[in-house]
Amino acid sequence: MTLLGTAAQPAQPLDPKVLPPKRRRGGSTSGTQRVAGWTFTAPAVIAIIVFVVVPVGMALWVSLLKWNGLSSPFGGGAEFVGLDNYKRLLTTDGLLRQNFTIGLRNNLYYVLMVVPGTIVLAFALALMVNQQRLKGRGFFRTVFYFPSITSAVAITVTFLFLFQNSGVINQVLGWFGISGPKWFVDSRGLFQTIAEALGIAPASGTPTWGTGTILGLPINQWLAGPSPALIALATMTVWASSGTFMLFFLAGLQNIPHEVDEAAFIDGASTWQRFRFVTVPLMKKSLTLVALLTVIGSWQVFDSVYLATQGGPQKTTLTPAFQSYQVSFKDGDFGGGAAIAFVLFLIIIVFTVGQRLISREKD
Amino acid sequence: MAATTADTAAERTRTAGAERRARAYRPLGSWSRRTLVIMTALLVLGTILYLGPFLIQVANSFKTDAEAIQNPASLIPNPFSLDGWKAALGMDPAFPVNLPRWVTNSVVVAVSVTIGRVIIDCLAGYALARIRFPGKGAATALIIGVMAVPGVVLLIPKFLVIKQLGMYDTYAGMIIPLLCDSVGILLMRTAFMSVPWELEEAAIIDGAGVMRRFVSITMPLVVPALITVIILSFQGSWNEFTHFLVATSDPNLATLNLGIAQLSAGAAKGPSLFPMKLALATLSMIPVALLFIFFQRYFVRSIGTTGIK
Repeated sequence: MTLLGTAAQPAQPLDPKVLPPKRRRGGSTSGTQRVAGWTFTAPAVIAIIVFVVVPVGMALWVSLLKWNGLSSPFGGGAEFVGLDNYKRLLTTDGLLRQNFTIGLRNNLYYVLMVVPGTIVLAFALALMVNQQRLKGRGFFRTVFYFPSITSAVAITVTFLFLFQNSGVINQVLGWFGISGPKWFVDSRGLFQTIAEALGIAPASGTPTWGTGTILGLPINQWLAGPSPALIALATMTVWASSGTFMLFFLAGLQNIPHEVDEAAFIDGASTWQRFRFVTVPLMKKSLTLVALLTVIGSWQVFDSVYLATQGGPQKTTLTPAFQSYQVSFKDGDFGGGAAIAFVLFLIIIVFTVGQRLISREKD
Repeated sequence: MAATTADTAAERTRTAGAERRARAYRPLGSWSRRTLVIMTALLVLGTILYLGPFLIQVANSFKTDAEAIQNPASLIPNPFSLDGWKAALGMDPAFPVNLPRWVTNSVVVAVSVTIGRVIIDCLAGYALARIRFPGKGAATALIIGVMAVPGVVLLIPKFLVIKQLGMYDTYAGMIIPLLCDSVGILLMRTAFMSVPWELEEAAIIDGAGVMRRFVSITMPLVVPALITVIILSFQGSWNEFTHFLVATSDPNLATLNLGIAQLSAGAAKGPSLFPMKLALATLSMIPVALLFIFFQRYFVRSIGTTGIK
């Protein structure tokens, strides 16, 4: 929430220029003002309460039920089961937990690809288009930002085409002598493929060190790495969102005073040193914000999974967000689906708070 | 003329001084000629990577199915074929493309959401910026606070509420939940706060009430922010997918995005019929792309103003 600091700042309501001065007579709010204030904010507040606050409360209730979504969750058709849904998700062996763990693993790899990928690419793009002497800066900015305004549906259709077996991506890889995988068919993880090629891991079966389990998933499956399909989805996300974050970085870069950089130069710092020890530290705020937003976004990946893979092949693109939808709407297990949504919520909160703590410590 | 000569002379002295210091200071944001050439090359490569998919998308929509599979990278359709577009426009009875219906639904929803958001955001933004009333702090906190709730967590909850309110499979259920728009409210609030209070004060002395001041004094001064809200609302609701996925099941209520998604998962499933699917994807991008071309700076504005997407 504090990431909204910038937006919230102008809220200091005591600037006499900004707010109407306190009423002269009596000093309290006048009746008309009160009525106007409430009337004006009512539509927004009611919409938020009805479609955000109440739904969250209802979902919390549903996550404690065994309910198929057909009857009313407050009537006799729903059985109160306490924390059973959460237990099924986290401790009891079963399909729900197995899929949830696989989803966590996939999403973790997805975060590890998307977050650094987006930050590095967006930062590089921002540095390049911030170049004073560059002709056509505006054109390049427009080009890099354009994918960000298009819809997930259109982009996914196009990327499915690009990543076909004989598609453009594999053709381009072929120019470099690389034979690309069947992106949406192969289910072997990247690290597994590499390990097999190097002869470290057996081509089939589980190595002895990999039989232990974490949250019900064997260690070697945790370490298998992202499947080609997951890599394709991550590529798409980085491509589609880096333009937005480029603009975030650009705004930050333009706020860096020239004097600081010049001082470092006069002190004999090399270009790399100036970048590493002047630009990057001064961009810390932007970097933290972008990292936070991409982490939050990556844990919510849904559209592209739904549209491109439905979790396949072999569940290697299954994510908690998609599982939550699938379990609820396809399997009719709304209690389980709601429980997944809340665990996901918790994960996002933990990442948000954790990231804020880390960035604060460094100050 | 004289001034220019003096400037140049001063410039020359300064440059000479800098050269004496072995190397001239150059801000990180300005490279040498050689670096500039390398960077320009990288930017051109970037342009290919960022625009390429769209060019390929459009080019392949004009190919035959076989050509799109065999020769996907070529930007010139050979043979040129309109079959994909004909199917996309619903002229091929083999595919359940109900384009008029989908486009109508998309337009109805996007326009309604935009109008609704403009009204709600302006009212709330004005009240939060300009009116003193008890509970304002709480309202502000609520509006900012809900931005922290991840959208995907709301997927099932929204479905539950829509169902309870009897709005499942209705336009109301598609439109009203999308009216919650904290970003827009904050954008409008910031804009209203930047209008000088003196203007309203003068109006008060002339006897203008709150409504009058809101509509005739301040609204004309926040038009740029208003345009931003209009554009973001239209773009957001036109591109929306997941909300309609959980709020409807009636094919007659499918928006363009939902229609394309259902088609790709059903009759046109798998790695085939790409020209038709790419034509539909192109079609669905046109309205927002046009908005972007003509109102680009308003898209960008939102990022600076709110500090979050």
